[in-house]
Amino acid sequence: MDTSSLAEHIMENFDPTFKKRLRKNKVIVAGRNFGCGSSREHAPLVLKAAGVQAIVAENFARIFFRNAINIGLSALETPNASSAFNEGDKVRIDIDRLEVRNLTKDIRISIRELPEPALSILKAGGLVGYLKTKGKW
Amino acid sequence: MTLSEKILAKSSSRENVSPGEIVTCNIDLLMLHEITGPLAVKVFEEIGFKKVWRREKIAVIFDHDIPPSDANSAQQMKAMRLFVQKQEIKKFYDVGRGGIAHQMLVQEGLAKPSSIVVGADSHTCTAGAVGAFAVGVGSTEAAAILGTGKMWFKVPSTIKIEVMGEVKQPVTSKDIILDVIGMIGASGALYKAVEFSGEAISKMSIGARMTLTNMAVEMGAKTGLIEPDEVTYKHFQSLNESIEFLKSDSDAQYEQTFRFNSSQIGPKIAAPFEVDKVMDVKDVEGRRIDQAFLGSCTNGRIEDLRIATRILEGRKIHSRVRLLVNPASMKIYKQAVQEELIEKLVDSGAAVCCPNCGPCLGMSQGVLAADEVCISTSNRNFVGRMGDRSSKVYLASPATVAASALAGEIADPRRFWN
Repeated sequence: MDTSSLAEHIMENFDPTFKKRLRKNKVIVAGRNFGCGSSREHAPLVLKAAGVQAIVAENFARIFFRNAINIGLSALETPNASSAFNEGDKVRIDIDRLEVRNLTKDIRISIRELPEPALSILKAGGLVGYLKTKGKW
Repeated sequence: MTLSEKILAKSSSRENVSPGEIVTCNIDLLMLHEITGPLAVKVFEEIGFKKVWRREKIAVIFDHDIPPSDANSAQQMKAMRLFVQKQEIKKFYDVGRGGIAHQMLVQEGLAKPSSIVVGADSHTCTAGAVGAFAVGVGSTEAAAILGTGKMWFKVPSTIKIEVMGEVKQPVTSKDIILDVIGMIGASGALYKAVEFSGEAISKMSIGARMTLTNMAVEMGAKTGLIEPDEVTYKHFQSLNESIEFLKSDSDAQYEQTFRFNSSQIGPKIAAPFEVDKVMDVKDVEGRRIDQAFLGSCTNGRIEDLRIATRILEGRKIHSRVRLLVNPASMKIYKQAVQEELIEKLVDSGAAVCCPNCGPCLGMSQGVLAADEVCISTSNRNFVGRMGDRSSKVYLASPATVAASALAGEIADPRRFWN
């Protein structure tokens, strides 16, 4: 699988200009059920390969959520994600304080706590790093 | 505790669990196919694992693009065959020896009641039809299970769906689940377990039940399951297996209960591009179609082929339409030959293809061209799902698909039902 060639097609069915807009923006803000559909890990892998560092959404499709965390891509839930951000806003994410700050609008939004072991997996850069260090569950 | 809670408690060696708790469970069966499998194997090796945790608990089933339609696809299968040999995995179903993974897990009795089944495919929840707690995962998660045999779960709360009344043909369990999804919505059961019960369910075959649990993921659910009963018992008896199983407690706590009366549910359809955009078939009757697809892990079973054949028998499909039929497994294919269903389908103009997932995900065998419309018995109608970005997919029952293939446009199956 070639993630960089797949990355050329990110979200094209949803918005053909998405890939271009992603060059400047590293955080995706979304509404409900982000990642709905297949179990393919290619979905978060390709987003990561295209430079996405975090996705903040109202909620995620379950398998996408686990896949994202397992490959070390932050998938964070917050109730009013889509109304709190505009495209191009500067964002700072503090996972330990469970907080997303919109620096442009100067607002703080709390994010839902990630259960363990999801948080440790994310901090280890994904499940591979987590299991390599820990050796087991 | 609900059935899901009981299974998770048993598999994590706890007395009790409650929704929201994190548990680490022993996995009873892990399924890989040729698309998600190779990445799982790569990650398995990357973590540093050498041997799979228990080879008898792993099933490798080729189903998405079989026989392979290009060299890349063939390469994926070659890589998986090597892994199967090296790890001495016996539950291996190659081209022509199995069928669609979700069908195989139930048909061959690999998924047991009250067990935890994990598959590297989103429709793994299908195995809930026999009372397993069955969930889909990605390749990295599957790799960790290959090495450790364990996976962490957040115990889901349970939604109960009670279906009363009687499902009268040509209405089928597909119409019931479309109606349920239309009401609950594509994210209405997010992270939750959905338990189906009621008079209508108890009268359904295992195959019809699989259509319900298969689509649980289309309302966002972690899994869908049905408590084992006499029908389940007989299914395992036919495989020479006796079963033991857990049941929900009479005082189990459900987050919500929804009641449906199947006697009042007619033919349903999900219009493009959301599975929860559900309406009555009569609301969209007359829309032209180019292709009709009967198959997939949702509706490629013998009862689906039977009801479609009953509508198609002695008639010809519309000259403008292609009808594709993919039985869900070689066993079903053979049974359909023995029952002379294949002959009748071919006489009506159907192209009967090899059991595989191909058309459903626009992978092979029946990809749609620009602006084409397909009515399909499968489970997803997203943008570009079956082919070109401008193509459209309507989801319906085998009866509605057969009727529409005859009419050349979306048609109510009751028009052709004697």
